[in-house]
Amino acid sequence: MPKTLFEKIWDAHVVLQEPDSPAVLYIDLHLVHEVTSPQAFNGLREKGLPTRRPEQTVATMDHVTPTIELSLAAMDEQGIKQIRQLQANCRDFGIHLYDLNDPQRGIVHVVGPEQGLTQPGMTIVCGDSHTSTHGAFGALAFGIGTSEVEHVLATQSLLQNRPKTMRVHFEGQLGAGVTAKDMILALIAEIGVGGGTGHVIEFTGPAVRALDMESRMTLCNMSIEAGARAGMVAPDETTFAYLRGRPSAPVGEAWEESLDRWRNLSSDPGASYDQTISLDAAALEPMITYGTNPAMGGPIRQPIPTPARESDPDRRAALEKTLRYMDLAPGKPLQGHPVDVVFLGSCTNGRLNDLRAAADLLRGRKVAEGVRMLVVPGSGNVRRKAEAEGLDEVFRQAGAGWRHAGCSMCLAMNGDQLSPGQYAVSTSNRNFESRQGPGGRTFLASPLTAAASAVAGKVIDPRVMCGDVKREE
Amino acid sequence: MNPFKTLTSPVIPLLRDDIDTDQIIPARYLKVTDKAGLAEGLFAGWQYLDDGDPNPDFPLNQPQYAEAQILLAGDNFGCGSSREHAPWALAGWGIRAILATSFADIFYNNALKNGLLPVTVDTETHAKLAAALDSAPSLEVRIDLPAQTVKLPDGTEAAFPLDPFSKTCLLEGIDQLGYLLKHEAEIAAFEGSEE
Repeated sequence: MPKTLFEKIWDAHVVLQEPDSPAVLYIDLHLVHEVTSPQAFNGLREKGLPTRRPEQTVATMDHVTPTIELSLAAMDEQGIKQIRQLQANCRDFGIHLYDLNDPQRGIVHVVGPEQGLTQPGMTIVCGDSHTSTHGAFGALAFGIGTSEVEHVLATQSLLQNRPKTMRVHFEGQLGAGVTAKDMILALIAEIGVGGGTGHVIEFTGPAVRALDMESRMTLCNMSIEAGARAGMVAPDETTFAYLRGRPSAPVGEAWEESLDRWRNLSSDPGASYDQTISLDAAALEPMITYGTNPAMGGPIRQPIPTPARESDPDRRAALEKTLRYMDLAPGKPLQGHPVDVVFLGSCTNGRLNDLRAAADLLRGRKVAEGVRMLVVPGSGNVRRKAEAEGLDEVFRQAGAGWRHAGCSMCLAMNGDQLSPGQYAVSTSNRNFESRQGPGGRTFLASPLTAAASAVAGKVIDPRVMCGDVKREE
Repeated sequence: MNPFKTLTSPVIPLLRDDIDTDQIIPARYLKVTDKAGLAEGLFAGWQYLDDGDPNPDFPLNQPQYAEAQILLAGDNFGCGSSREHAPWALAGWGIRAILATSFADIFYNNALKNGLLPVTVDTETHAKLAAALDSAPSLEVRIDLPAQTVKLPDGTEAAFPLDPFSKTCLLEGIDQLGYLLKHEAEIAAFEGSEE
């Protein structure tokens, strides 16, 4: 029977499937960070359990780490405690750690692919919902809770019920100024934040094939924002070219053998999915969110919905509540709305191409007066490569802050945050109430839209500055 | 983990859809290395006023719900971040079951591992319960895990789904890790066949 990419990987990793029980699924790669792991290691100690395969777990620190300088002196006491505990846990349990000053350290979902740890056909988990990022390589990658982190440390396995499959097909090709971020925001707006619940998404179609690896990661990263367990893209020559020569990628004969295996990792012709959704990539425009979940968004020139036109009373009330929190008027487009902060970074859009795209737009321009722009590379590697290309200078000259790698203002755990009432255009993944700081208000958008809005001092269609769309008054 | 069999309790209405785990417990409360004390941050953005005092309008702060152990929410409860701090905070406050029309996957799995029962109710039962709570805020609901039913005061009974494995674990208070450890030989054999 023809199989989907998901089914091939799932079937190859089922250790055991007893009746009336979830499958025991083998985990190839486990990624760990400081915030969701301490209680898991405590659990191992209490039970006297060792780590089963410490060489298959890799740790980094990213959520609470400072971006101003890489030093404990820039951290609060609680953050320092989490860092110290991760250091001790990795030492005691034999796990490789990218420590605070390790040049390779960075956001867990940026480091894994960059190091070549993330490979096609793998099962990959991490105590972090954006683990779906790694699906860009044709891996089955999903976020887990801390109890499950302990399960993987102890048994290299997880108990999992088999998810359903959803194919998301992007026909055509993206227009200029429209990016992978806009593709995923458009999908989430279409199917809602619960639209993918219980499913693993496979992204297919010419627009997906045309994306580079970093853009595929952006696409898969926000699958969780549609409620999906995971997102994935079948590996191809683009994937293999990205992987070749990475520190943990196979070499020599092993590389050739891996390629042979990886080339089989696509859905068979005629394989069936539980659901299929098609979108026209050519019709997509730059997207932005106006609300307090990632589905509350639309094309940047489209008016914000009007609660009075919502027939369902619950939805009307929810929209009213959202617009109250966001302090936005219905019926008007978000374009033109003033912006206080612009955040460029995160596991969604903190990779080199994201920084390049924003820098290209900012070159020779200035961040508008009164706007604070923060550029936070996804890893130490991204930061060094950007500096080698002079991108840091472009950002500095434009008036933006150039920081060290970390999750930073995406979830505001490290002191990088919005003040109450501030509006941010953010390249991150969540616009939940107070996510980027208590009382803060987030508009999610692409790096291009973020950079353009920083220059304009207000939300703006980046194509205006790229010269693709005539300026409208 | 304490076994879960039946539970009769008032129901705290939190009738919103898509309550994300950042609302259940904001990230600034996650800088901990154990599971204790997280109830302080439960729904922090809604539980407290700007000056830090408890918000008297927030259902969890109302006296009739001081001892309540059941929460009623809308669709897609627990979406967003995978933080298990969310069920830890709910359980720490005293919640033992959540009734909702749907749950986000990771939250659902995390809840089950902490003796917190996610009860998926149909929209009709949900609407009926919400309306009943509107006129009688202190009404009690009975959850029967062995029978997999929720019983409203007017006698209405609704069945809810739960996979047999999770049900057994909850009923007997078993940690799922025990099951995996029991299959160490199969895991080792699988690893052997991979190499």
